[in-house]
Order: sequence, then C-alpha cells, then structure tokens
Amino acid sequence: MSGFFKSSIGRKVAMALSAFFLMIFLLMHVSVNLLSVFSEETFNAASHFMGTNWVIQFIMQPILIFGVVFHFVMGFVLEIKNKKALGVPYVKNNGAANSSWASRNMIYSGLVILAFIVLHFIDFWFPEINYKYIEALPADPTRYYAELHHKFVSPLRVGAYVIAFVLLGLHLAHGFTSAFQSMGITAGRKKTLKSIGKAYAIVIPALFIIIALYHHFNH
Amino acid sequence: MNLTLKIWRQKDSNTKGQMVDYKVTDISEHMSFLEMMDVLNEQLINKGEEPVAFDHDCREGICGMCSMYINGEAHGPDRGVTTCQLHMRMFKDGDTITIEPFRAKAFPVIKDLVVDRSAFERIQQAGGYISVNTSGNTQDANSIPISKHAADEAMDAATCIGCGACVATCKNSSAMLFVGAKVSQYALLPQGQIEAADRVRNMVAQMDLEGFGNCTNTGACEIECPKGISLDNIARMNRELMKASLS
Amino acid sequence: MALNSRVPEGPIKDKWTTYKDKINLVNPANKRHIDIIVVGTGLAGGSAAATLAELGYNVKAFAYQDSPRRAHSIAAQGGINAAKNYQGDGDSTYRLFYDTVKGGDYRSREANVYRLAEVSANIIDQCVAQGVPFARDYGGLLDNRSFGGVLVSRTFYAKGQTGQQLLLGAYSAMNRQIARGKIEMFNRHEMLDVVKIDGKARGIIARNLVTGEIERHSAHAVVIASGGYGNVYYLSTNAMGSNATAAWKIHKKGAYFANPCFTQIHPTCIPRSGDYQSKLTLMSESLRNDGRIWVPKNIEDAKAVQQRKLKPTDIAEENRDYFLERRYPAFGNLVPRDVASRAAKERCDAGYGVNATGEAVFLDFASAIERYGKEQAKIHNIENASAEKIYDLGKKIVEAKYGNLFQMYEKIVDEDPYKTPMMIYPATHYTMGGIWVDYNLMTTVDGLYCIGEANFSDHGANRLGASALMQGLADGYFVLPYTIGDYLSHEIRTGKIPTDTKEFDEAEKEVKDRIDFFINNKGKHSVDHFHKKLGKIMWDKCGMSRNEKGLKEAMAEIKALREEFWKEVNVPGSANEMNPELEKAGRVADFLELGELFAKDALERNESCGGHFREESVELDGEQKGEAKRNDKDYAYVAAWEYKGEPADAVLHKEQLEFKDIELKQRSYK
Repeated sequence: MSGFFKSSIGRKVAMALSAFFLMIFLLMHVSVNLLSVFSEETFNAASHFMGTNWVIQFIMQPILIFGVVFHFVMGFVLEIKNKKALGVPYVKNNGAANSSWASRNMIYSGLVILAFIVLHFIDFWFPEINYKYIEALPADPTRYYAELHHKFVSPLRVGAYVIAFVLLGLHLAHGFTSAFQSMGITAGRKKTLKSIGKAYAIVIPALFIIIALYHHFNH
Repeated sequence: MNLTLKIWRQKDSNTKGQMVDYKVTDISEHMSFLEMMDVLNEQLINKGEEPVAFDHDCREGICGMCSMYINGEAHGPDRGVTTCQLHMRMFKDGDTITIEPFRAKAFPVIKDLVVDRSAFERIQQAGGYISVNTSGNTQDANSIPISKHAADEAMDAATCIGCGACVATCKNSSAMLFVGAKVSQYALLPQGQIEAADRVRNMVAQMDLEGFGNCTNTGACEIECPKGISLDNIARMNRELMKASLS
Repeated sequence: MALNSRVPEGPIKDKWTTYKDKINLVNPANKRHIDIIVVGTGLAGGSAAATLAELGYNVKAFAYQDSPRRAHSIAAQGGINAAKNYQGDGDSTYRLFYDTVKGGDYRSREANVYRLAEVSANIIDQCVAQGVPFARDYGGLLDNRSFGGVLVSRTFYAKGQTGQQLLLGAYSAMNRQIARGKIEMFNRHEMLDVVKIDGKARGIIARNLVTGEIERHSAHAVVIASGGYGNVYYLSTNAMGSNATAAWKIHKKGAYFANPCFTQIHPTCIPRSGDYQSKLTLMSESLRNDGRIWVPKNIEDAKAVQQRKLKPTDIAEENRDYFLERRYPAFGNLVPRDVASRAAKERCDAGYGVNATGEAVFLDFASAIERYGKEQAKIHNIENASAEKIYDLGKKIVEAKYGNLFQMYEKIVDEDPYKTPMMIYPATHYTMGGIWVDYNLMTTVDGLYCIGEANFSDHGANRLGASALMQGLADGYFVLPYTIGDYLSHEIRTGKIPTDTKEFDEAEKEVKDRIDFFINNKGKHSVDHFHKKLGKIMWDKCGMSRNEKGLKEAMAEIKALREEFWKEVNVPGSANEMNPELEKAGRVADFLELGELFAKDALERNESCGGHFREESVELDGEQKGEAKRNDKDYAYVAAWEYKGEPADAVLHKEQLEFKDIELKQRSYK
C-alpha cells in the first residue's frame, strides 16, 4: 500500500481524498457562517460549540490542518513533477481548444486560496488560539459574532475575500469532478454529478461572498 | 492558396533547434496536410536545401506514426483525425501555420518534427499483454463468452493508435490516456483477469519511470485523441490500481 | 535449379498432420543457441517473431517504423476468415480451401492452401486468448459476417479495424517476449541486404535509420516478412514506407520471385484528386452491397460533370449507365474485385469518368436509402409517408451500416455522400505475387524463409477478401515455427555466426557504396519524381488491363527510367543521420528493377487469370464474350524468376500446379 501512494496514480488518489475532506469541511464552515446572517445567538452558540468542543478542537482541527497542508504540499509536489515532465515549451499552444481555464490553472487558483488562508489565519485563527490557549482568557460565549462583524468593516479585506472566493469557485469547478475521476468514479463526469459539482462550485463561494458583503454593508 | 509555415528545425537530438519560416504557394484545399508538407519538401530539395523530416506512414489515420503539433494542437485543429487525415480546407489563404514536434521530456526530438516514442514501447513491454503461448490447442474461442457490452467497450479502448497526441496535448505530459486504454482493454475481458493486478502495477510503474507527468483531469487528451479514447479509461486504470494495491 | 515444392505425400487432408509428426525438432536446450532474424513486424513477422521466441530461439526482429505496431497490416479493415462454422451454415476446412483456390483462379498450390484453411480455426482461438476484442453477438459469442461473395459467413471482425486488433495482438505477444529478453527489437532499422555464407542465409546488413549507421547482424536463419510491393505503382493503398527492398535484395541473392504480375486492384477506393496525391484510401468493399455504380450515359453529361457544371443528382435516371448491372446482370454490383475494377476503367477510358481527373465513377446510395426508407415506413406502419420521411428513415439505416465510412469519405473529399453519390476508383491494394517458397516456406536459398504477403504462396492470381490476415497469421503463428525446425535441427552444432567474415565485409561494402553513390550523385530530380514516373508507366501499361505491346513498351520505358534515375537522382543530406530521402532512394531503385520483371512476367503469361487481364486472352463469343479467359493447358504453373543481372534477363522456372482435389472451372458472373 505504501508503494501505491508513491505512484503517480496514488498521488492523484491522495489529492482527491484530501479534496473530498476539504469539500465537506467547506460545507460545514459555510453552514455555520450562514447562521450569522440569520441569528446572532445561534451563530454564537454554534461557534462556541465548535471552539470549545474537545473532539473538534483536538481531533478534528489537527486533521483539518493536516488535510489542508497535505493538499497544498502534494499540489506543489505534483506541479513540480509535472513541470519536469514537460519538454521544450511549445511556441504556440492552444490550450483553450481542449480544456477549461480552471482545469489548466489549478495551481494559480490554489495559490490564491493559500494566500487567502494565510490572511484568514491572521484574521481569525491566530487571535482565537491566542485568546483560548496562550492568554487563556475566560470563555465568553457571545464574543464570536462581534469579532466576525468587525472583520468585515474594511472594504479592502472584503475585496480580498471576494476575489479569493471567486478563485475558490474556479478551483472547485474543476476540482469537484476531478476528485471523482481520480478516485476512479466515472460518474463524476456524467450529468448528475457534473451538475451537482457545478452547483457546489457556485453556491459555496457565493454564500461566503454574500456573508462577507452582508456584514460589510450592515455597519 | 498561399501559406506561411513556421516549422521547428532541429538537426538531431544533440543540437538546439529553432523555428524557421517557409512559404508555400498554390496549395490546393483538397490536399492533405502531409501532401502540403510533401510540396514544401520537393521545393526544398529542388533548391538544394534539406527537406523537413516528419514521421508518417499509412496516411489513413491508423498506424499512429504521424504526429505534429499544428497551430497549438496535436494533429491540428480538426477533431477525430490524425495529421495525415487533416485537409488543407481547414486553413485559409494567407494563413500562418505553426508546426512543432510533439513535446514531452519522455519524447525527445530525433530530428525536426520526428520524436522518439519508445517510452510507449517499454510501457507495453512491462505488461501490455496476456501471457498465452501459441500452441495451436488453446481453448475454443467460443468457450469464453463475453458480453457484447464488455467486448464493445474493450474494443473502444483498444482502438488507441499509440500516436502520443495525449501526451503532447497534456499540460503535464501525462501518458495516462494511453496506459489507461491498454489497461482497460484487458481489464474488461475475462482473459485479462488473471494478470490484471500485476499488469496495472507494472505498467503504471514503468510509466512513472519514463518520466511522464501526472494526470490532472483537464480532459484535453480526450478531445485531441484522434480515436476519441474516453477518459473513463483513466478512471478505470485508477480503480484497477487501487484494487491491485488493496489485494 | 529445378524447383522442389517439398509437398508431402498422402491425401490432402492428412498432409500437414503427418508432416508435422515426422518433422525434425530442435530440443529446448539447443534452441537457446540458435539465432533467427525476422525482417518486418506485421501480422506475419510479428506473429512469427513472438512464436519463435516463445519456443526458445533468440530472435532479432527489424522494423523500419518506430514500433512493430505500425506495420501496415494495421490498416486492414474488413476481417479474417476462419473455417469455424460457428454459424452452422455448412462451412468446413474443405470449403474454405475450395473457395480460396477458386477465388485465386487456380494459380495457387493446393497443399499450402489446404494447410492454411486447416490452421485458420486455431488463429481465432489464439487471438481470442490474447485478448483481441472481436465483435460478439448478444449471447456473448463471436459474430461473423459474410465477405466477398462466398456462400458462408466465416469472417471474424473487430469493427472496421480487424487488422489493427490482430496486429496489436501479435504485438502484445512480441512485447511479452521482448520483456523476457527473447526478442531483441530493432525499430527504425531497415534491412539493406542479406548475407550468404556457403549458400546459406547467415545474416543481414541493416541501416539504423536514426543514426545512419550500417550494422551487421548474424543468425542461423533469416525470415523475410516485409509485405507486398504495391508501391511499385507509386499510388496504392499501401503505407508510404511499404517497400520491396528486403524481398528484392534476397531475390538478387538467389531467391526466386514468383508471379510478380499478380496484383490486386481494389475497385472501391477514394479517387485521386490531383497530381500531388501521395496515397489512396480504401473504402470497404461492403459498400457495394448497397451502392449502385454508374456513370453518365451521354458523353456531354460526363464532360459537364467533370467540369462541375452539372450535378450528378440532376442527371435523370434514363441518362445513367449502371454499367455493372448492364454487363453482369446476375452479380450486378457484386462482381469480384478484378471484374468491377476493369469495368470502371473501361468506362473512364472511354471518357465517362466523373471527377476532374476523369478517373472516377459514382457509387450511389440514393436507391438504397429509398428502399430502406420504404421498408422502415412499412415496419413502423407509416402510411403515405412523404419522400422526405422515407429519405430520413432510409438514411438512418444506411448510417448505421456505413456511418464511419461515410464520415471518412466526407473528411477526405468534403462532400456529403448521403446527398450526392460517392466517387470511387480502383487502386492497387495487394500483391499476390512474391518470393517463391516451398511447403516449408523456405525460399530457393537455404535458411532463408519468406512469409506473409511477401511470399507468393496461397492466393494464386487473386486474393479473396479477409484472407490476407488469415495467411499472415497462419504463416507466423502456426506454420513457420514448425517448418523452420526442420532446417535448424541441422544447425545445432554450428555455434554463433561471426560477423567479421569476408561475406559480411562484401555485403556491407556493397550497401555502403550504394548509399555513398546516392549522397554524392547530386542529380537534377528528387526521388519522388522518378517514383511517380514509374507509377505512371506501371498503372498505364501493367495496370488493370494489359497487352503485349504495352508490356513491351513498359519494359523498355522502365529500363530507360532506371538508367535516368541512376544518372539524375538527387538525394539531399548525408548518410550519417536520419535521412528519409535516402531511404526512399534505395526503395525506388529496387522498384525500378522489380517493375521491369513485373512487366516481363505479365508479358510471358499470355492468359487472363485473376487480377491479371491480358487483352489477347478473352472469350471470343457466346455469353462470356469479351470476358477474361484462363488458359489452364499452357499456364497452370507458378512462374518463378531467377535473377541474372538485368530484370529483362531473368530466367523462368516453372512449378507446375496440379489440382487433384478441385475441378478447374472458368468463372462466370453474367
């Protein structure tokens, strides 16, 4: 089995597995965030649960971080390997004739998402860790909404978020069906899953954008 | 019609190549692309210059010998054809056509537009067969019934002509469509089951060893494949390798 | 030297079995000390190389392409015959044997053909075991189609790519042996001469087509499987690289060349569109099942069509000449290949051709579409169906049957064959003639074998559809690997053949001198210039219809052209690099000799049989008036030519053909 993950196909499968995991995470994340649009209390309660639950904090969170890091590292490893496989570059190459922009530029949409995650960590995760585990401030189950709301004051940050989510959408537009294909599931490219993939790639980023805009304009 | 050709010229594998411009005149729209190349070469020979070397043989789209990256696409702008089946009516008078060899680290240029595709040979040798001796008393052909569906699907995979357009087109120079097609042909047939696990493991290992890139599922290979080999074959190969690794 | 066919004694049904039982074998421990060279990796060469390696011999295989998989066997469309009788329609080994001999117009060797029919069933078993995806019916069993006017369905097929699938099967068998180290594969190598030591074939001189290096390879036996010589016509359905060099070189070293004039001209090819044409594309013969062949009845209409002033669909029914139906009411459009080809040529020569070059006839599906449409309307209970509805229904049926061919035609010609009739014209397709071999498939040189299309053996004067694949694989899988043992059993004490001997020196020098000559000649014309000229002479004078005057002219013209070639040929580049023009020069030089022998053979054979039609030998009266007349009294022999310097000086050796198991009949399609 260890040999499997060293093969080109094994790496693809690993990429797909981490992608599935991250796609499920995104779904959860957007669901919680969405609560902030409808009800401050529910959002705070959900956030408090996520932030203090033992299983989520000490089991799920490390797995998630590993998943994210793995997906990125593997993505870069594959990109470097693939670049090495290329010969002399074509003088003229008409990639648009046979494939989508999103599929050819996963590395760039991925890099933007990475930059976004760095920003996101600076915005939320580091303060959160600092609050809970370093300064060990007393638990305040009502602080989350205010923190969130406050972050979306700056139009620059909102702009960066919007751009990042558009690229996330493009990343997902290819990534969703691609993950199925890598797992050997041909249904991924058939009509039903293709439509679901398209919907997922549009709806999830759109919701994130709407949430950001909502908070920005509700000051 | 009159055309300007920008063609990759390279003396041999050790020499650096470059693009060179040529003009051809009075090209008939009924000519095949390679017949247009013949006209150019005749012209070059008569001028005392070296003709452009390119691979070709059957000129009816089945041997897989012809290659060429024409205006940024493997086998040119038409679909479902090899370069030898591409006709000049796809172009307009006054056009500039860029002609390059198939590019990949695993396909080094031998001369001009001729590339070395022996990596494909070695992948096939790693397991692209069913081990059966020629004895004259193999079991009767009809003693192995195969559903029409499986036979047809195996046939679709087997129509690969091994031209390498998939690799040339792929932004990662991946050979997975080629390997996937061969793995699939045997995976779909009962005769291929006995060696299925070893076959997929060995062929994929050889493919990796040859330095082909990874598949990122852009689907370009399927579009440019002159025989329309489906991406399903790559998915099947992925499954086969997972199956082989789990067993 | 008198020809000895070495046909075993005994009743035809038992010959092969008895012979195999008594043949000398080489023990497994000795096989690994014996080397065999196989030149060509098509169906015959590929299957032979794989099987010989499997038996334990050390095989060196050579292909001029970059992979064995690209040999031109790959282009065969229709199918492969085998006497399996899966359809229960009365097929048998004897019937396949009978059809093949009769189809060959009684100019093949009975014993060889019977053996071919006998092993045909094994081929299908072998290929299925290898994973060849033959077409199947819904019950999961193998499907068959009928082919070429025989009375049974015995043709196995894999879509329209049977040759491809069979070749990939043989290629996979080769790959297995290459991986085992039993075959050493030399891709992009061309054999340029055979080396004989003490009268035995002991090796070859080959050129590495990438580096230009001249290499010596030795072996205990040499097998030539380099295919046919159809490219002597320049335009043919062969691949651009298909050549006769290996066959011609061994001919010059003592192998007799048999029946060179027996070539098959296939009636349904896409016509030439201009002088730049480099090759011709075959359209499956099956199209004649539904298409009707015609030309305009009036010469004015024909001229107008040629100038594109008149559309074929505008020519009224009564102004069309369905010449096959007119001349051969019994068989109509389904007459054999040679008859259909000649009839089309006759009309075009008379000025009724229908494309710009005047060399094309129509193949019209309009009435088939209408017929199927009406049938469908009836089946679906559509009353008073409109003409359009009928057309749509009929088109669907035609599309299901021939869709891929129509598509291919449209890609090449840029006309929609559903709307306007297809244009077709005959083209050279297969050569029945080739190197003379005995029952063991050995040539007149000891240790030198010839298999597949390159030999003359099984098809006589005309080959039946779906039989070429059968013969190639029969020779390679099931015949040669046995018969070669008979010879090699005497070689077990020979030891490795050294390549530093004077015979190798001489052969290599000859090859190098010739290459140097080409490179240094700096003449006025390209190789193609001469090849095209040769093709024109061959097509005009040794084509579908031949006569004494034309053949004599052809011999003189080819000789003159050859002399001009050696003075004026221009080969650019150098010898020590990849040089496609140099490769072509060597091949065309050989075609320029072969063409003359071809004409000489055609001149000598003053009878019409199979693909060889002599205008002097026709039925003079009766129902068959004007049709081909075979002459069994004077010409029931194989004409095997011995090389004597100039092709015109070749000496004829006759192998009389005896037909003990078949009664000789004249063909009639009226």
